[in-house]
Amino acid sequence: MNAARAIARAAALAAVLVLAPAIAAAPSAGTVLDAPRAGTCVQDPELMRRVHPDLLRHARNDTVHRGIRDRKTDLQACVDCHANAKDGSVLGSNTHFCQGCHAYAAVKLTCFECHSSRARDAVQATASVAGKGGS
Amino acid sequence: MKPRDPGRRDFLVAMALAGVAVAPGILLYAQAKSAAQPASPKVRWGLLVDTTQCTEDCDACVEACRTENGWPAPTRPTDVQWLRKVELVDRRSGHKAFAPVMCQHCAEAPCVDVCPTGASFKRVDGIVMVDRHICIGCRYCMMACPYKARSFVHEPQSDQKADVPRGKGCVEACNLCAPRIDRGGVPACVEACAATGRRAIVFGDLNDPQSGISRRLREVSTRALRAELGLDPGVRYAGL
Repeated sequence: MNAARAIARAAALAAVLVLAPAIAAAPSAGTVLDAPRAGTCVQDPELMRRVHPDLLRHARNDTVHRGIRDRKTDLQACVDCHANAKDGSVLGSNTHFCQGCHAYAAVKLTCFECHSSRARDAVQATASVAGKGGS
Repeated sequence: MKPRDPGRRDFLVAMALAGVAVAPGILLYAQAKSAAQPASPKVRWGLLVDTTQCTEDCDACVEACRTENGWPAPTRPTDVQWLRKVELVDRRSGHKAFAPVMCQHCAEAPCVDVCPTGASFKRVDGIVMVDRHICIGCRYCMMACPYKARSFVHEPQSDQKADVPRGKGCVEACNLCAPRIDRGGVPACVEACAATGRRAIVFGDLNDPQSGISRRLREVSTRALRAELGLDPGVRYAGL
């Protein structure tokens, strides 16, 4: 009897351990995402995984309707920090920060149909190279 | 202890603040704002275009707008166009005038009236904009605008500017370079026109009688395009 209970308890624990990362929509241990440039996120990463759409929506309304443009959870601020070091983008493969996690969680990512998916410094670097090549 | 009279206290505080605000004068009219501040309802941003300074060979304002906001040079009538230079010819005399025409940032904007979702809206500082998160691309606003200032994006977009998201399926128009204004700057067209030395476009606060644009509006005769519609546009034209 005790043995059966112990097995049930172990199974429940295992289920929680397996499901927990999936609930938090975090990639499994096998998926490696690009490391952010800064050491710490503007919020606790665990919180960010769950509520980043709400934070982005709040910042977007502040920016578009009220003209406040210094929000830490501004989409471009996120992209600037999480962009791939080589191509300066958050899209491109399943190791790129935004695309990788959204592919894992099977959530459609529509932000970048309109917004720039590249970090500001990467865009500037490309523009200056193109400018030098053209002149 | 006797409870204090909140009405009297509030009145005294309000009077003290009013005295502080009115005395230096300039505090009544917010000017350049920082990125952290919300847009001020005390301000109404506007433009004054002096068509006598606008010449046939120059399109610096249009180029600056394209570079700033990332829209390609239009090749078809349905292509996106935030700012266009129009030629006005008096058929009898042959006199030609040139003027940049963009969103006129009407106080009584018809595009805002007709929008079924609230995507077309007027900011408290008078800038008329499209919130593309809410825009469903119905194009009623394009029909309503008497200035043909709005465009619809028909094609998927790539390489957008960081400050200027643009995407297929939404209507867009001049937003008076709101990202620049929000950081205390002036619109790209105004900057480019000043750089050519013509200074045909003046930008400023229409609500502030001491601003450069208000002083200029007092000095010279100006008119609103389609003034008979009574839309009270924020863009005025001199020399037409």
